Amino acid sequence: MSSSRLEILNDGGLRHDARRPYELRSTSFSLGTHPTADGSSTVTQGLTSVSVTVFGPREPKQRAGVTHDRASIVVEVGVALWAGTGAQRRTRGDKRLMEVGAAIRQTFEPVIMTQLYPRSEIFINVQVISADGGILPSSINATTLALIDAGISLLDYVTSVSIGLHLTQPLLDLSAPEENDLPTLVVASLPGSGKITLAQMETRLHVDRFEEMLLLGVEAG
Amino acid sequence: MFTISQRPLSSALWSDPVPPSTHRRHPSELAALRGTDDRMDVDVDDADHADLGVGSSLGGHGTYVENDQVVSSVTGTIERVNKLISVKPLKSRYIPEVGDLVIGRIVEVGSSRWRVDANARQDAVLMLSSVNLPGGVQRRKIESDALKMREFLAEGDLLVAEVQAFFGDGAISLHTRSLRYGKLRNGLLLSLPPRLIRRLKSHFHHIPPPCGPSGVDVILGLNGLVWVAAGTGEDRREGGEGFDAEGVYSDKNDVRNPPSSRTAISLVSNLINLFAAHNVPLSDTLLLDAHAWVHKRGVIGPDVPRDVGERLLAELVGVDVSAD
Repeated sequence: MSSSRLEILNDGGLRHDARRPYELRSTSFSLGTHPTADGSSTVTQGLTSVSVTVFGPREPKQRAGVTHDRASIVVEVGVALWAGTGAQRRTRGDKRLMEVGAAIRQTFEPVIMTQLYPRSEIFINVQVISADGGILPSSINATTLALIDAGISLLDYVTSVSIGLHLTQPLLDLSAPEENDLPTLVVASLPGSGKITLAQMETRLHVDRFEEMLLLGVEAG
Repeated sequence: MFTISQRPLSSALWSDPVPPSTHRRHPSELAALRGTDDRMDVDVDDADHADLGVGSSLGGHGTYVENDQVVSSVTGTIERVNKLISVKPLKSRYIPEVGDLVIGRIVEVGSSRWRVDANARQDAVLMLSSVNLPGGVQRRKIESDALKMREFLAEGDLLVAEVQAFFGDGAISLHTRSLRYGKLRNGLLLSLPPRLIRRLKSHFHHIPPPCGPSGVDVILGLNGLVWVAAGTGEDRREGGEGFDAEGVYSDKNDVRNPPSSRTAISLVSNLINLFAAHNVPLSDTLLLDAHAWVHKRGVIGPDVPRDVGERLLAELVGVDVSAD
């Protein structure tokens, strides 16, 4: 495979896209990109681009989703066919996408003041327009902005970044080739209080180091 | 490309003495704004988690209290009434208040009640007991009325109503116990951001001829829905000679709506959309002026040419959009 030949860090200490280890990709945020949604935003981090629309608080579309004392949060994730995930077409019911959606929902459930909106639904639609690693962190950043745009009460911002570990060197904001080769941790934090609402990884790593790095990443964002 | 940075609150960064705000200010509030250098009174808060820097204050809407400090939970303008501090979001769904005039669409016919989508957090409820049925205002509702509910208002029908009360969970109950309220026909619906509709003395407006043969009626619902319909003449409104109390629940558009009337409706709705596209709050005088302005320039409609629209905005509202 070509990815195994990829040099994660070269002799000069630069990554394959000439970034330094703690350097984020070029980032742009725009709000209110979708006129008919209550809130929307598009976040581009490097070659990853995610567009999020938020509808609500509104009457729940499904009766089963009604909770009498707070709002329910529904997340739907879709990947554009041309996004370039390398995989075959993903439909809405896809396992991996459901997982991303569940992660976003779990991230925002404690942050959105759902008790203010009883018996209603906050619907979050995530569309991955182009994928080059870090779909989940970009989606979380975009969702925060879309929720702010929608005027929904939040306890704090949520910022998220992916962190990889190459030998002993941590790397921030991984691109797709790096994500394939390295153990990856996704952290979502509240910069105001320093709390962490999501930490997702598939390998075992030392957390202290990453919390420190997350703050670095939040500042850079 | 821009980055979001936390700006210190209540800083004197504003070159404009009054920050942009979409809400109408009370005269005393304006006086306070003019009279003081302390910009704590009103400030656009883009630091979501920023301490408002005041001791012993009460947190209102859009805030929460953490460690004895009031913290804003939305991005918007700060409003302060004595010790009560609230933050009004720049953009949000319609937040109902009792007495608001809203336009809604029936989504469900239930037992002695209709459910109405009024663009709010939850569907509104219209009780059978809070509508006027044909046959008089004082009429008692009987069982046969409950069986005929779908004949009065069926799913998909549009109606204009007033917010009567709140339920415990924040849902609203509507009423149409006025001859001005009820089913809508002879027009078209526009959906705008609710923040553009201000609370006015009246939300029923009439643009008289030459705007169409019988004028155009505009109903500005506070929930952001706007109804633009063929005008009713003086005599055919409620209380007038030709007012048709029996036709209130009719599903049929009037047959005598000539094309010129529809052109006028489209023209007015295009003007409203033009204002909405540039975030200009709507009012009756603005619409009257706008129609008079385009009429003077010979625009019959329905389309408002781009350059005409730009000049209209520049002359009537003072918004320069040519740079957009």
